[in-house]
Amino acid sequence: MTTAIAPAEDAALAPDGGVAIRTRRLRRTFTTRGGGTVEAVRGVDLEVRNGEIFGFLGPNGAGKTTTLRMLATLLTPTSGEAVVAGADLLTQGGLVRRRIGYVGQTGGSDIIETGRGELVFQGRLHGMSKSQAEVRAAELLETLEIQSCADRKTQTYSGGQRRRLDIAIGLMHRPRLVFLDEPTTGLDPQARAHLWTEVRKLRDSGTTVFLTTHYLEEADALCDRVAIIDHGSIVIEGSPDALKRQVAGDAITLSLQGEHENAFAQLQALPFVREASAENGLIRLYVDRGETAMPALMRALDAANLEMATLTVARPSLDDVFLAKTGRSLRDDNPN
Amino acid sequence: MNPLRDTALVFRRYILQTLRNPVWMFFGIVQPIMYLVLFAPLLVKVASSAPGFPKGGAYNVFIPGLLVQLGLFGASGVGFGLISELRMGVIERFRVTPISRISLLLGRALRDVVIVTAQSLLLVICAIPFGLTINAGGILLALVLIALIGLMTASLSYTIALAVKSEDAFAPIVFGATLPLLLLSGVLLPLQLAPGWLRTVAAFNPLKYAVDAARAAFNSHLTDIAVVQGFAVMLGLGIVAVVLAARAFGRAVA
Repeated sequence: MTTAIAPAEDAALAPDGGVAIRTRRLRRTFTTRGGGTVEAVRGVDLEVRNGEIFGFLGPNGAGKTTTLRMLATLLTPTSGEAVVAGADLLTQGGLVRRRIGYVGQTGGSDIIETGRGELVFQGRLHGMSKSQAEVRAAELLETLEIQSCADRKTQTYSGGQRRRLDIAIGLMHRPRLVFLDEPTTGLDPQARAHLWTEVRKLRDSGTTVFLTTHYLEEADALCDRVAIIDHGSIVIEGSPDALKRQVAGDAITLSLQGEHENAFAQLQALPFVREASAENGLIRLYVDRGETAMPALMRALDAANLEMATLTVARPSLDDVFLAKTGRSLRDDNPN
Repeated sequence: MNPLRDTALVFRRYILQTLRNPVWMFFGIVQPIMYLVLFAPLLVKVASSAPGFPKGGAYNVFIPGLLVQLGLFGASGVGFGLISELRMGVIERFRVTPISRISLLLGRALRDVVIVTAQSLLLVICAIPFGLTINAGGILLALVLIALIGLMTASLSYTIALAVKSEDAFAPIVFGATLPLLLLSGVLLPLQLAPGWLRTVAAFNPLKYAVDAARAAFNSHLTDIAVVQGFAVMLGLGIVAVVLAARAFGRAVA
């Protein structure tokens, strides 16, 4: 019974200590009513490291949820292989289920049960004794700040309270890897910020978090690394900063005091400027890293006796990354 | 995981849910009681005068059929609750835990069996003042039969619910299937009164054998061939239904 609730001892079983999820050519096709086949996920290779918040991004219907459901043992892959939390997804599904926490898009708590009741029941499903489950439930109710509604039916919960309960349910057995499917969809900004804090705390306590989201700001602010999936294939994978740097670089936009005919050519020739453009008196320079380019730019302007009038530095967004890789904007597909 | 412990765990969750909101339980017994009070008295004269009406008196013929009806109606609607749980993600959540797959079905079906059996016992007790004559062995046998019908019906109800996943599709299937099954089992009036073609059709209805078995049991013919047939049919179908439902739970996708 203790195996179900003590993640530490499982670590020895993991073939590679540093990796929480590794997939190879994971594929899933569905048969449509007409008899045709739809390839929802077409050969996904992913690597999620232990102890990171990994964001899985993509437009609706791109294969995010299908991939997540496969990794959580809810869907059988059509082909390919995966190791999840140190267990083989295809042959050790039971072991995977013991080691992971799963928080689905729709939550998973029944509106006619109390929050505490659902937590205790979840613990029992994972093999805890009643008293073990009660102690752990009280602990999570406190951590996630939902004691005040613990003994009310979940029907009465606010959106934020319900989401925190869902996450608490997924954490009952202290899993070392947690899946969160669209954890903040439908939450107000305050509840979302609160949830981000909880997810970071989870990571800081050593839990690996795999989440899907279609909020680019969320992936940017919260995730250590992200993968973007489109039409069932991974388009790009890496840390949000690295991805943005790789496809676009930071954009420095400036205007100068007075007229300077060859100023643009001088700035364009600077070694750290990747690309430059000018229109309406505004000069735009694309650089690898805005924060290191700025001092160098200042010195160059001084040396050339040029004086700045205005200056802005813009970070590219993950949407720019998606745009660069697919030719489409992620936002077009997601009005919400 | 230990399937017995898991089944007990799941059973406890659902029986507590039912007991916390017992209105539905009483709702389920109201209809049979109405038949007992408002319809069964009509049979008393028919029983004594109609040629072919089985022996044993109106109540001993009618109540066994009413129990079968209770078992079928009581358990056929359980899929509605499952559909709402699918929508809330409850079943999905259970499936990503190490709990044994069959317990997800057996725990909740056991709740349904207990409720239907308790309602049946209540109905039998209510019928005694009206003139039902009872024998302990016969009642025990009949209740086991009703429990089997409950298990089979609940399992099928869950299988259909998991397949269609929406109340809109589930309701017409259940209501469309239960009424002809009941009418063709001789619950309201014995099939001995039916014309030949109707009896031929009814011979293909498994519930008819359950009704015949229950009547034989209530009339103290415990070793009658009808009892053996009824149990054989219900046990066979019960096993098939449980296997179907357990498989559906294993691969259910909300």
